[in-house]
Formats: sequence, structure tokens, C-alpha cells
Amino acid sequence: MVERDGTGLDEDGGAEDVGLGRDDETGDGGPEKPDAHREQPVDANREPVTFGLEGLRTGFLTATPVALGVGGYGIAFGVLAHQAGLSVAEAALMSATVLAGASQIVAVELWADPIPAATIVFTVFAINLRYSLMGAALQPWFQHLSPKQIYGSLVVMADENWALTMRELASGSGRGAFLLGSGIAMWLCWVASTVLGTIAGSAVGDPARYGFDFVLAAVFVALAVELWDGRSSLHPWLVALVVSVLAAQTIPGRWYILLGGLAAAALEVIRFDG
Amino acid sequence: MTAESLSLDPVVVGVVLAMAVVTAVTKVGGIWLVRRVEVSERLEAGLSVLPGAIVIAILAPELTAGGPAEWGAAGVVLIVMWRTESILLALCAGVLGVVLFRAVV
Repeated sequence: MVERDGTGLDEDGGAEDVGLGRDDETGDGGPEKPDAHREQPVDANREPVTFGLEGLRTGFLTATPVALGVGGYGIAFGVLAHQAGLSVAEAALMSATVLAGASQIVAVELWADPIPAATIVFTVFAINLRYSLMGAALQPWFQHLSPKQIYGSLVVMADENWALTMRELASGSGRGAFLLGSGIAMWLCWVASTVLGTIAGSAVGDPARYGFDFVLAAVFVALAVELWDGRSSLHPWLVALVVSVLAAQTIPGRWYILLGGLAAAALEVIRFDG
Repeated sequence: MTAESLSLDPVVVGVVLAMAVVTAVTKVGGIWLVRRVEVSERLEAGLSVLPGAIVIAILAPELTAGGPAEWGAAGVVLIVMWRTESILLALCAGVLGVVLFRAVV
């Protein structure tokens, strides 16, 4: 439903590198042919990547403390979902099927009556586009796994367990099921904390009286602190700030969110100098 | 738990499932694509700033519409989050802050 062209980001001719691995692990050249990945050796790995129960278990146990921490966002999301008018079941369904924190929080912020479905779905898509890059960065290790194993694991990928998985695989452990195991831990905590938050939200009466109407802004400030990537974030964020504030005052609806985000991304594409 | 809390509105379920589908597409789409075509570093640089930029694009108009109490509380969240990296602590401090600032301002 949403073309990549819709982002307006890909008008450049394209540099030669695949360039999706942030570190040195993609030094094996990009896959040019549909089946090129089958023959390519992976020099970054010490052990062949396998998909087994041991990796699943290690992933689950490693990610559990992190997943419990992410539960804080789950509770906040549940409170916001309740304020937006979602039932416990609806909020839990969203957490169980979407499993992408920032985009879910934005979605319930956009929630209204009638539901602006197109705006919500497109905004969610734009926020989660980063997962494409993150997933692609796993390709050097995943190339010998079956499509079912790869795509099944990627569905439970979130920011935190992706980072843990990259660290695990880069160490050369060869645990291909680590992403799935860590993702299951994330999923369990995320759904459980969402339910907790929704119930907590319904226990509170008038949200403004207890400052609960500020939870959303507070969540975004916290998210911004986590997403701050040093000085390289400064220019895109300034552009997003100026464009969104101007657009919010001139254009009806919630389009200022996408306009601010896309303006920042477009500037980054134009300014890019390798 | 009341029956209301378990209710599932068909429209809500539809939007949630659409969100789930586009999110799943972003999660599996990258590796699917990179097994077939090249993605330029230039485009990658643009995509990598999207999450932060969208968060700012939501936050900036929201805070602009608020007042000194909200600005002060946002500052409290910023500092607590920066220092402790604990989301729960930062949120609690922010909510407490906004209640106090509203009582004073």
C-alpha cells in the first residue's frame, strides 16, 4: 500500500556499496544476483551460524533483563492507549502483533474519532523503516538459514534485542536463533507490561489532575534522549523541529509529524558526502 | 476485569492489523531486499535519521502549545533520563514535576 517512492528519499543514483553493516562484517561484497548469497563466504564468523535450541535459550536469557527494562515503556504505552480510548484487549492486541514501541506510542497519540487510519498506518511505516536497515545488517550471518527461520526471527525484532543480537553474532558464537529467543523475551514483557499499563490507566480518573496528560510528552523527551546520536543528530533534528512547528500552525491534521520527519531525512540524503 | 476492557472494535482491530502488516514488512523487507538489490549509503543515511526526527516533529509542536509548567517538566525528564537512563524514573519525575509546576505557575 505504501510505495518506497512515497518517502521521496530515493532519487539519488546510489553509491556502489551495500553499506548496511555498520561494522566490518559486510566486507563480503553485496549480493548482485538473486542467489549470490548462497555461495558467499562469511569471513566475519569464526563458527558456522546454526539455528538451534541452545541459541534460542541463550537469546531468551540474555534479553530478559533488557526486556524487563523495556517494560517501563510498555506501561507508559498502556496508560496512553487507555487515554486514547483503547480497551485492554485492543492495546494488548496491538503490542502482540506490532511489537514496535515508538511507533505504537505515536499511533495512540494520533488516535481520534473517527480513526485517521491512513495517517496512522503511514506514520507507523515511516517510523519503522529503520527496521529494514537493521534487519539487512544481519544478512551476513543469516544467509545460510532457511527463509522460515530468517523471517520468523525478524518479526520479533525490536531495537534492543537487535542490538544484543548484533553483539552476539559479531562475537562469532554462531547462534542463529539468538534473535528469535531474545525476541520472545521482548514480546512477553512488552505484552504483559502493556496490559499492566492499560489497567493502571483505567484506575486513574481525570488524567490531567495527576499530571498523566504529560506522560506522552515525557515519553517523547525520554525517547529523544535515547535516540540522540551526538552531533550528527543536530541538523536533522533542527530541521524536524522548525518544519513541524511551522506545519502544525499552517496545515490542518497531523501531517506535520511526517513532514518534519521526511524533511530531516531529505536533508540528510542531500547533504550526504560519503 | 470488565467486559468493556475485553471489547474489540472491528475498526480498531483492522487498523491494528494494518499497523502490524506494515511493521512486519519493514522488519523483513530490508533483508529480503538486500538479498536482491543494493541500497545506497546515501539513502541509508536519510532513513537512519527518521526515528529521531519524527520524535522531534511530534514533541516540538506539543511543547510549543504548552506553557512554562510543561517546559520545566520536559527539562526534568531530559535531565533525569540523561543521568539515570531509566525510563520509569524519568517519567515519574516528569509527571511529578508537571503537577508541582502547575500548582506554582
